[in-house]
Amino acid sequence: MSDNNYGSIMKDGLWENNVVFSQMLALCPTMAVTTSGTNGLGMGLATTAVLVVSNVLVSLIRHTVSSQVRIPVFVVLIATLVTVVDMAMNAWLHDLYKVLGLFIALIVVNCAILGRAEAFAVKNGVVASAVDGLAMGLGFTGALTFIGLIREFLGSGTLFAQASNLLGPSFAFLEMKLPGYGGALLMILPPGGFAILGFLLAGKRVMEQRLADKAAAAGEGAPAAA
Amino acid sequence: MNTAALTAQPVASPHAHGGNSVTRTMLRVQLALVPATLYGFWLFGWPSFFLWLLTILSCLGFEAMSLKMMGVTRIKATLFDGSALLTGWLLAMTLPPWAPWWVAVVGGFIAIVIGKQVFGGVGQNVFNPAMVARVALLVSFPVPLTQWVHPLPLTTLAAPDFIDGLRIFLTSLPQPDAMASASLLGFSKTELSRGIDLLHSLAGEHAPVLSWIGARSGSFGESASLLILGGGLYLLATGVITWHTPLAVLAGLALPAAIGHAVDPAHYLSVSAHLLSGAAMLGAFFIATDYVTSPNTAAGQIVFGLGIGFLTWIIRSYGGYPEGMAFAVLLMNALTPVIDRFVKPRILGRDRRGKALDIPESKGA
Repeated sequence: MSDNNYGSIMKDGLWENNVVFSQMLALCPTMAVTTSGTNGLGMGLATTAVLVVSNVLVSLIRHTVSSQVRIPVFVVLIATLVTVVDMAMNAWLHDLYKVLGLFIALIVVNCAILGRAEAFAVKNGVVASAVDGLAMGLGFTGALTFIGLIREFLGSGTLFAQASNLLGPSFAFLEMKLPGYGGALLMILPPGGFAILGFLLAGKRVMEQRLADKAAAAGEGAPAAA
Repeated sequence: MNTAALTAQPVASPHAHGGNSVTRTMLRVQLALVPATLYGFWLFGWPSFFLWLLTILSCLGFEAMSLKMMGVTRIKATLFDGSALLTGWLLAMTLPPWAPWWVAVVGGFIAIVIGKQVFGGVGQNVFNPAMVARVALLVSFPVPLTQWVHPLPLTTLAAPDFIDGLRIFLTSLPQPDAMASASLLGFSKTELSRGIDLLHSLAGEHAPVLSWIGARSGSFGESASLLILGGGLYLLATGVITWHTPLAVLAGLALPAAIGHAVDPAHYLSVSAHLLSGAAMLGAFFIATDYVTSPNTAAGQIVFGLGIGFLTWIIRSYGGYPEGMAFAVLLMNALTPVIDRFVKPRILGRDRRGKALDIPESKGA
């Protein structure tokens, strides 16, 4: 990936190596905050912000920090960034901050962030690292929002409930409600989260298998295309 | 055993087939459920029949769908081995008799897809599928799952006829107050929480004899303890189940109930109330004895059963829910691998610790 192929980096982060659906990292915040689409979106965006900046900083200092002390240095960097995000959300998105609470502070120990610093940013340039952070973060955001939406819809019959309260009035258009549906409480509770994640993982596997089969079938017809 | 089988060319070792199969076992269990089911139909009328039918159909439908999606080629053989049908039947027995149609459909999905097929199908599931669905439904939809009706036998005038039954089943309108009722366990729990002790709240009500014949409100199939017990005895007689699990479940429930009732009858229900209420009989004979999710050894089954009985009593007496059989079964299902690890059958030729037994002949030589 050192050839700075941004398209493949983006694709990697959003789909091929998606933090939740492929790497199976950061499952603790995934399970904990995806009780609604709004929470998932907020948590994902906060993580994305940290991820982009931490990737850039790690990439910048990658030649000056020796490999023996790199991990403490990365952790200090990430912790600083998380504290900044934590305080910023407390100031400007206070309602969302109250809902997500502890999990914002816990972005520090989110393995996806240290994982990208280790796996990508220390080996690549600044711009590529920024793109990677953005792609991974958006992939994470997408996964969290998607899981959150499914759980919210099945569990309480709404979509993006309270988005205008939590994210600002401009997000009010997202809010939807299914009338006359009581909701299955289990989907909001942890077992529902695990069940939904399990079905989504299985679905992604099946989809990739189908695509691979199709590609193999097409490849037989035109071997030069590979 | 005919002579042709004896003289046939031996393929490998000369093993005789006992003629037993998954299908035959499932059929026997279903046969054992028939009396209580028919009685349930009579007691709760047409809505309970529709509920029973749709629960089973939904289980079969989701089973077929899962098998097709997994690419199983012999769908028919697996679908009609009776296991999905039995799961649906058992689930229907534990539902409130007038539950609306979508409870049956969602229950079938949870039981078959989440409870069974994601683990790999028949024989692979960790938890009892019917109980997984029962608990998931109870947690998800607390209101329809705790609405009991007074028994309205089909022969009485007030019983809903076929069309009315269909309407109750499909529209899920709130039931008239006159028909709403509480089960014994729910009633005693509510009264206790209001500060009225059992000596006053149960005076003159809920006589045990009504529990034996099932003329009381409760889940569709489990109210007639006598018929469930009869079905359980039939299973024992035909060798489908052994006595260890059911006896241990009932003992595990009865012992603490007896002690509690003797110490403080105002706050602890009597042994007969515990044994004849809720899912005690159904759980002991039909749920806990599931081959797949219970331990393999007799000693392990006794531990397993005692655990279920005791946990049921704990949940009934101290928990937030009036009935705890389903939760207790799931908890002990989770412990089954642990029990199997510690309680192992003796290896042939070795003692319980795995040491080789002394062979008498070799001593003399």
